[in-house]
Amino acid sequence: MSILLQQIVNGLVQGSVYALVALGYTMVYGILGLINFAHGEVVMVGAMVALMVVQLLITSALAPVLVLLIALLVAAMACMALGYGIERIAYRPLRNAPRLAPLITAIGMSIVLQNLAMMIWGREYHPFPALLPHSPHLLFGAIINDVQIIIVLVALAVMAGLLLLVHRTRLGRAMRAVAENPGAAMLMGVDVNRVISATFMLGSALAAVAGIMVSVNYGIVHYYMGFMLGLKAFTAAVLGGIGNLRGAMLGGLLLGLIESLGAGYIGDLSGGIFGSNYQDVFAFFVLIAVLVFRPSGLLGERVAERA
Amino acid sequence: MPRNPMPMLLAALLTIALAACGKTEAPAVQADGTTELVVKIGAAAPLTGPQAHLGKDNENGTRMAIDDANAKGLTIGGRKAHFELFSEDDQSDPKTATIVAQKLVDEKVNGVIGHMNSGTSIPASRVYSDNGIVQISPSATAVAYTAQGFGTAFRVMANDGQQGRVLGEFAAVNLGAKKIAVIDDRTAYGQGLADEFIKSAQAHGAEIVAHEYTSDHAVDFTAVLTSIKGKQPDLLFFGGMDPQGVPMLKQLRALGVQAKFMMGDGGYTPELIRLAGTAAEGAYASLPGVPLAQMPGGKEFAQRYQAGFKQPIQLYAPYCYDAVNVMIAAMQKAGSADPAKYLPALTKSDYDGVTAKIAFDEKGDLKGGAITLYQVQHGKWQPLQTMGGASAPAAAH
Amino acid sequence: MRNVLNHLLRHERRNAWAAFLLAGIVLLVLPFATDALLGRGWVRIMDFALLYMMLALGLNIVVGYAGLLDLGYVAFFAVGAYTYALFGSPQFGLHWPFWAVLPMGALFACIFGVLLGAPTLRLRGDYLAIVTLGFGEIIRIFLNNLNAPVNITNGPQGISQIDPVRFGSFSLGSSHSLAGIVFSPVHLYYYLFLLFTLLVIFVSMRLEKSRIGRAWMAIREDEVAAEAMGINTRNIKLLAFAMGASFGGISGGLFAGFQGFVSPESFSLMESIMILCMVVLGGMGNIGGVILGSVLLVLLPEALRNGAGPVQQALFGKVVVDPEALRMLLFGVALIAVMVLRPAGLWPSAQRRRELVVDDAAIAEQEQETVYDAAK
Repeated sequence: MSILLQQIVNGLVQGSVYALVALGYTMVYGILGLINFAHGEVVMVGAMVALMVVQLLITSALAPVLVLLIALLVAAMACMALGYGIERIAYRPLRNAPRLAPLITAIGMSIVLQNLAMMIWGREYHPFPALLPHSPHLLFGAIINDVQIIIVLVALAVMAGLLLLVHRTRLGRAMRAVAENPGAAMLMGVDVNRVISATFMLGSALAAVAGIMVSVNYGIVHYYMGFMLGLKAFTAAVLGGIGNLRGAMLGGLLLGLIESLGAGYIGDLSGGIFGSNYQDVFAFFVLIAVLVFRPSGLLGERVAERA
Repeated sequence: MPRNPMPMLLAALLTIALAACGKTEAPAVQADGTTELVVKIGAAAPLTGPQAHLGKDNENGTRMAIDDANAKGLTIGGRKAHFELFSEDDQSDPKTATIVAQKLVDEKVNGVIGHMNSGTSIPASRVYSDNGIVQISPSATAVAYTAQGFGTAFRVMANDGQQGRVLGEFAAVNLGAKKIAVIDDRTAYGQGLADEFIKSAQAHGAEIVAHEYTSDHAVDFTAVLTSIKGKQPDLLFFGGMDPQGVPMLKQLRALGVQAKFMMGDGGYTPELIRLAGTAAEGAYASLPGVPLAQMPGGKEFAQRYQAGFKQPIQLYAPYCYDAVNVMIAAMQKAGSADPAKYLPALTKSDYDGVTAKIAFDEKGDLKGGAITLYQVQHGKWQPLQTMGGASAPAAAH
Repeated sequence: MRNVLNHLLRHERRNAWAAFLLAGIVLLVLPFATDALLGRGWVRIMDFALLYMMLALGLNIVVGYAGLLDLGYVAFFAVGAYTYALFGSPQFGLHWPFWAVLPMGALFACIFGVLLGAPTLRLRGDYLAIVTLGFGEIIRIFLNNLNAPVNITNGPQGISQIDPVRFGSFSLGSSHSLAGIVFSPVHLYYYLFLLFTLLVIFVSMRLEKSRIGRAWMAIREDEVAAEAMGINTRNIKLLAFAMGASFGGISGGLFAGFQGFVSPESFSLMESIMILCMVVLGGMGNIGGVILGSVLLVLLPEALRNGAGPVQQALFGKVVVDPEALRMLLFGVALIAVMVLRPAGLWPSAQRRRELVVDDAAIAEQEQETVYDAAK
């Protein structure tokens, strides 16, 4: 029983990590209808910048939590600048282009960022210092540590914050207007370019948060870390219904749970024929099954046949 | 009709032409009138992508050997030899590996040090064999690599079979593990090693209570570790590399599992200790050959590497160093850098390298294949004992 | 006026024949010219360019003609390659002839294409993309793990010692000489691949003009309207997946024979993305564009490989930035630059130009709308 509970805890923590990244994906998608494939690399840059700040401040007398907050601030700003740059260079010129064109620039951007990061931060893996308490807690026989609790809480807080922002603020209203119809929004006096830039910067700041949470949790940072994470988060966003903030959270948590329960129990369920090597197969089968019955994801709005 | 794709095509052709005329060299004429013998050594490893840090380490090891050889002013067949390195990036992709191999063939290299992975070494070996070029892999461990019967493929590293056997025996007998859990990363290396480990451990009376899997880009292993926790093993063996080994070890301890942790050569890196910190304490790993510190010139090699490249040896650099040297030794013995001429000498190699005494069996595998087991003690890799292989006398130094 | 036109047309035709002949000679001589000028490594790169051309043309049917975004296309390449490997290697001790195994690979790929297509018929755009991506990964994971409990694919170790392509006793795996000219394996495979590529191009061209091709494009432009016009969208979509997949299967079989070794790592997601890049960068839906795209994306990284180091040497007197990192960096920059400058691809489909004003912006806008609608 405690094993099952532990698997659920594992899944929730891993799922919260996916959700944090997926929220960034979904923000951008909600407004532009564009998959920002470079989002995973922004997460990586956030982690790397944070690491640099931490290394600089770790010897100072500042409290570790304070160091982390400063690192978060710097990384978020760096990522916002990066997000702004990515949008200006790779996406804005293509706003009226065929739909697949920005997909290719996004892939190009992802390759560029990876290799730039390799030049700047080297090929090796870096340890990320343990700045937050890792002390374990026992929860009905399952172990969860402080960092993991913080990750789950941060993911929830970020989602709540975004929902507030989108539904309660001026910027949020402008975002929804642009998402609905950019042309009409412009006629209503919304500065479409500014709103889109703001969305990208917000999404990138979220990426920085995600990057730091991932680094603190796993204690290891590498220039290649963004790719797989981005892919998983994209899957999570689609599972929940891309463009929907609650969907990203739900999709992330679900994907995390599916993975951990899959890895833990496929072996027993299939009598040893399949094992944890089929963890991803299991996850994708669930995804396909969900999409076959709900073609727009769990919480996605039903898109009309013709817009 | 295209609007104007021509300029694009022309540009592409121009780039290629530019690329083609990048290299020119003339043989230097010596003072005594004989021309210098230029010996081209090819090297191939992933220099970009997730394994780039190991690939660069390989390149460094090869470069160091070549610089040393040039500094010594060696002669081959009476002519002063000048060694040149042609290093290529195979991106650990089997397809790119054959392109790179063909390129090295075009350069008329006299021998190749590479590739780093089994998945690239195998398809490339066909290209080298077709063109009669000697290939020594410093780190490909798949049994299939030398089993193709090419005659030009060698390695200076124990294969999965040799290493897995020793690891399994050590776990079951020396460490007395009765219940063993295994994780492999589903790469050619990790799976090959894990399978051999399981066979050997079972043969020595241990029970495999769980066999779980992960991938070579995973960072979260809590799910498989939790299910392993339920089986309460004495020892966990991971067939894979350190980037996964580090978080796995940390998460294993975070879940409160006290089982012994063991890896193959993929775990014997300074990184494992640097990244895993206190969690690394007590972990076991193996490395083919004899501890560097116990070999003549081994310590000095490590120091010079650190001084030259401003970082410690990652993993396979000493094997690359040995691979180059054993190749050069064969050239000197044969008095020729022509692969066809020095190949017979190479098969009869008996060379004292920094990793081990190097001699090849009829397939091209390392003869004897002594393997040393290490444990992290007080934040350092400490050699425990050298097992297997009759040819481990060098340990006595 | 009419006379002049007729005359011009006849003239055109004669010119076309001359151009054909010239192109044929160039294609035949190309590997030897490349070998002499640049080395055999480049001939091998050309071989791969041809393989990717087949893949890109196959994907073009799915993405370019039918407008279905497929991110897991490499799965069909894998199915073809493993079919060839399993029936022509010591793995099962089978050594079936090439002419039997290759069509079988195409057929299996076809079946997998339908298997993928069937559950995804209702999905649009990005949802389809993620499902196809998942499908590609599923195939790769199965190939990577089917070494236990029964060893079928030999797992991550891959299958080695695959038979080279053979016609009777004539093996493409060894050198042959004819009239004093030595044909090495890379040359021989070049001609074989060229033959198949021409076949694939021919089939693509005929399909494009056929009833089926028009039905695909109708679905791409507007699925609902297409259905209203009496097109059986389900069958036609499945046909697109099946046809595209079979090209991938053929290419995969040829790849296995050429390499002599297959392992799951050759069929990663990055490969699917690269093939998609070839199609989109070259110009979706246009055969010429797709060919251009695949040639460029295979040649560019290799040209940069040789160029990045020496050019720095020439400019700064030393290698400032690690050439390998720079190579991939420039590749990424090139992807972005090309798409920003020519959003509809380097060589967009001629149909678009005929339909509309010859103006990039207009073409782009039109394409945006249609593809977007198709994706919705």
